Amino acid sequence: MEAEKRTFLEQKAKEIRVLTIDEVGYLGVGHIGGAMSVVDILTVLYYSKMNVDPKNPKMETRDKLVVSKGHSGPALYAVLADKGFFPKEWLHTLNHGGTNLPSHCDMNRTPGIDFTTGSLGQGSSAAMGIALADKMKGNDVNTYLIIGDGESQEGQIWEAAMFGAHYKLGNLIAFTDYNKMQIDGETADVMGIDDITTKWNGFGWHVQRIDGHNVVEIERAITNAQQVTERPSMIVCDTIKGKGFAPGEGKVGSHSMAFTYETAKEAIALLQGEK
Amino acid sequence: MKKLDTYADMRAVYADTLIEIAKDDDKVVVMDADLMAANGTKGFKDAYPDRMINAGVAEANMVGVAAGLASQGFIPFASTFGCFAARRAYDQFFLSANYAKQNVKLVGSDPGVTAQFNGGTHMPFCDITLMRVIPNLVVLDPCDTVSLHKLTKAIYEYKGPVYMRLHRKGATTIYKDDQEFEIGKGVVIKDGTDVTLIANGLVMVTEAIKAEKALAAEGISAAVIDMHTIKPLDEALVAEYAKKTGAIVTCENGQKIGGLGGAVSEYLSENMPTLMKRVAVDDVFGEVGTQDYLQERFGLTSEKIVEAAKSLVKK
Repeated sequence: MEAEKRTFLEQKAKEIRVLTIDEVGYLGVGHIGGAMSVVDILTVLYYSKMNVDPKNPKMETRDKLVVSKGHSGPALYAVLADKGFFPKEWLHTLNHGGTNLPSHCDMNRTPGIDFTTGSLGQGSSAAMGIALADKMKGNDVNTYLIIGDGESQEGQIWEAAMFGAHYKLGNLIAFTDYNKMQIDGETADVMGIDDITTKWNGFGWHVQRIDGHNVVEIERAITNAQQVTERPSMIVCDTIKGKGFAPGEGKVGSHSMAFTYETAKEAIALLQGEK
Repeated sequence: MKKLDTYADMRAVYADTLIEIAKDDDKVVVMDADLMAANGTKGFKDAYPDRMINAGVAEANMVGVAAGLASQGFIPFASTFGCFAARRAYDQFFLSANYAKQNVKLVGSDPGVTAQFNGGTHMPFCDITLMRVIPNLVVLDPCDTVSLHKLTKAIYEYKGPVYMRLHRKGATTIYKDDQEFEIGKGVVIKDGTDVTLIANGLVMVTEAIKAEKALAAEGISAAVIDMHTIKPLDEALVAEYAKKTGAIVTCENGQKIGGLGGAVSEYLSENMPTLMKRVAVDDVFGEVGTQDYLQERFGLTSEKIVEAAKSLVKK
């Protein structure tokens, strides 16, 4: 990746983090940890890889994304607002009664959301259906899927994994946001999922493992996955929960966290001061 | 399709109807979870191999995949035994299909006692009750070859999620070929003045028709209604016959709590309190046995309907 693009993506990821902290901070509580850990993945997808049209969110031949860890919605909303799917002012309506931006992704409320998620594991099967649909139609597009590490404890993830391999869904590219934490503690303590790459390999997927906060690695991994046509791809991303939100970074408590708008502003200043 | 009254099994009517629909619409896909042969959908696979998606023994994933396909304009008809459709994949059907407003048709076979030798683990008494509480869901239990054929077409035309029971083995033909069926509109099979038998599904519509004849022999005039759609309930028809006969007996092959009888009594108790009895499975689990044994065991017989009807008419 040329230096200019890398700088652009890194800068964009920072902007998305700022928007996300501001969005959740304005409300005063939210799933900041799991939102911040997927920002770099979302940034590479929406600003480099995915073919989407904010003016035509349902465009038939778009690339699709299912964020199966639906509580990462706030980060995705920041991206979609920045892309122009809806006004940025909406971000301050997060979880207000009647909002179009609920905690968990809702395809019927938010322009640009490709599938409704929230009950963990379910988005994975829906993504298989979407990828299969595009394959049956002959659309040369990708379906992307983001799952969590805690979410990987759901049996449905592995039912879907079997399905994707069996139906040779080479157009499906998934990411595991492996931030090593879940609500009740560290993933390794609550219900270990390792060796996660071996598991996905065993299910017949093309597997890569990368630094999920390195835009160059993310971009390269997606490019690699796009070359794989007969198998779905899993990109296991080592990430840090709450990445870029100083009060929550690397902390189990950041899964759902209450913090004041003042704290949000301080965290944003800190983030923007970073080189 | 063959003539409807020549079918030996309801599942073949279901499969042939899907084949007929799929001929003119390449968005129709059929899914099953390792029960293609049992549910008759193998017939669809033979006709349209590229549009038959077997999900293996993974019902939750099947329903989720169906929702994903539906989000891209496909119309999936996903079938499995009713116990798995209603319980194993409930959250997936509730959220990925219904909450997400996806056009998924979920078909649960072997309703109630027709699960026979598969026994308690496989005997869906609860499916109608569970499905009824999903907002806006259409819930159906057709009773014969003609209604199954026409209602399968109707749910294809209807845009939105549907749960339909499929009586898979054996068949009966009650209606003439030209009988019309509409989702949410019950059918008066026999008019009457003393009591109304509101039934659905093959097992209990059959028993209700028998009961009507037995009651007639004793000088009691019973109306028989096929309430093939449990939700949305045909409230106007219930009201009309509650008023006309003043007594209602519901007859269903499933759990007494929250099923057809529940739906009818919820409506009547709030709007026009009417004497009622519910002939249904009385809050117990299923077990193995022949269908005859199980109908006796759980009280799903014409004798029980007659007894219930007479207890109301006497008053």
